[in-house]
Amino acid sequence: MTLPEAPAPPRQDEERPGEVVTARHPLRWVAAACVLVVLAMVASALITNPAWEWEIVGQYLFAPSVVRSVVLTLELTALGIALGFALGTVLALMRLSANRLLSSVAWAYVWLFRSVPLILQLLFWYNLALLYPRLSVGVPFGPEFFDFGTMDLISPLTAAALGLALHQAAYAAEIVRGGLLSVDHGQREAAAALGLPPARRLFRIILPQAMRTIVPNAGNEIIGLVKGTSVVYIMALPELFYQVQVIYNRNGRVMALLLVAAIWYLILTTALSIVQYYVERHYGRGRA
Amino acid sequence: MVELRGVHKSFGSLHVLRGVDLEVRQGQVLVIVGPSGSGKSTLLRTINHLEKVDRGSVRVDGRLLGYRQSGHRLHELPEREVLRQRTQIGFVFQAFNLFPHLTVKQNLMEAPLSAQRRSRAEVEPMAERLLARVGLADKAGAYPRTLSGGQQQRVAIARALALEPKLLLFDEPTSALDPELVGEVLDVIKDLARGGTTMIVVTHEIGFAREVADTVAFMDAGRIVELGPPARLLDVPAHERTRAFLSKVL
Ligand SMILES: Nc1ncnc2c1ncn2[C@@H]1O[C@H](COP(=O)(O)OP(=O)(O)OP(=O)(O)O)[C@@H](O)[C@H]1O
Ligand SMILES: [Mg+2]
Repeated sequence: MTLPEAPAPPRQDEERPGEVVTARHPLRWVAAACVLVVLAMVASALITNPAWEWEIVGQYLFAPSVVRSVVLTLELTALGIALGFALGTVLALMRLSANRLLSSVAWAYVWLFRSVPLILQLLFWYNLALLYPRLSVGVPFGPEFFDFGTMDLISPLTAAALGLALHQAAYAAEIVRGGLLSVDHGQREAAAALGLPPARRLFRIILPQAMRTIVPNAGNEIIGLVKGTSVVYIMALPELFYQVQVIYNRNGRVMALLLVAAIWYLILTTALSIVQYYVERHYGRGRA
Repeated sequence: MVELRGVHKSFGSLHVLRGVDLEVRQGQVLVIVGPSGSGKSTLLRTINHLEKVDRGSVRVDGRLLGYRQSGHRLHELPEREVLRQRTQIGFVFQAFNLFPHLTVKQNLMEAPLSAQRRSRAEVEPMAERLLARVGLADKAGAYPRTLSGGQQQRVAIARALALEPKLLLFDEPTSALDPELVGEVLDVIKDLARGGTTMIVVTHEIGFAREVADTVAFMDAGRIVELGPPARLLDVPAHERTRAFLSKVL
């Protein structure tokens, strides 16, 4: 295809067009070597120092009481996230609504529940029985149909799940709101112009697109909550962190049992990160 | 078919539509031209009630849009009714606004299924027919992002047609396209025009207006300044403002 009158290009280019030689980065190799040395030192310290008591770790890692406590941790996380995001989504929609009362209430909720420390809220719910010894269901300020002892209704587990969910809802509301706002306005318009019913617009068109921004943030929250459930130890609920404390208070193997807990938290968060990867991929479809 | 009487619309203190009267007959193609900010998009959006009018009335097929009249009062219709009215009017946006997380075929089927509650068995072959009609039969399973701008706009037109609307509205359908892709979209619109679809097209493509329009309207500062057959309005405009505008775009 070369034109005869074109000036001849240099010969070597003609024979081997554009072979790429990657640049060398000697400093990267030095840095990598340093990191390897440090890692080796850490590993050796972990393995050779008998104070870590790895055989005790192995013994307790799958002990029935520990596994039960892991299950409770998972239950609390699941309840906290499911209820938290359900309420959070409602709050986000209220916040974005044109109704000033609704949006102010949602704003106030987020303000309140983000401002009060979780541990304080948990103790508050736990002790609610003292404040309102009886709860009743009926017409507001009118006749009552049911009447419960608050103690019966708010068990430590309910109090913990409630506290985590209400706290989580405040953060979830902001995450969902951010997600909804991130969806291009044209999408709402197109959905409205096509006559799609409001619920369909939200669940089929807007939310799935909002999920692209919601999921990474929600992933952070869920992983935060897995570890955050450890604060409910103050309510003497035998979740993972409380359970290992009970055990090391009995047998004195503090380090080994803290390691047991750490390993479980690592396993749980790793599993969640993997799930998150696939969920993100699902909602990223059509956006290669 | 479409009848606007004394339509006014303001955004805050900005008076965007200042008394628009307009009539479009069945099968007619009306092209609206005019400078940026003159209210062309707003006018189109009032016709399918994406924008509420402050004063005046919009009728499509003799029926008042978005309101129910009793005596001298206009009562706003419930949203469900407004949505039903909208399914009779197709709208094509400058920015396509395809749903990026749905495939091309899902984009077409969404409104017939959920807004018109038609059966999948009926809607699916129709979607395929429409895609073939805009020359994209092989793209049914593709996601919008993988298509060129021209292809996306043709999908958007097919999506609007899937509702089998009585009226099609186009808001600068080719303004977001690379010049070499404008033709393929205009060809689809021309084809629809020849098929007798009633439509209102806002565009800067004067050549297209000349070829396809029955009537061209020139809009400026929230009013229809003049309107008439393309040969008259584009070649011998009666108003100075029309002349000034045309001399800039031609
Ligand atoms: N939702 C809105 N809120 C406030 N102002 C608006 C809104 N929509 C449009 N406007 C204003 O109304 C005026 C007319 O807008 P419109 O989009 O109808 O013009 P246009 O003729 O379509 O212009 P263009 O050719 O640039 O699309 C503009 O000044 C615009 O800024
Ligand atoms: Mg416009």
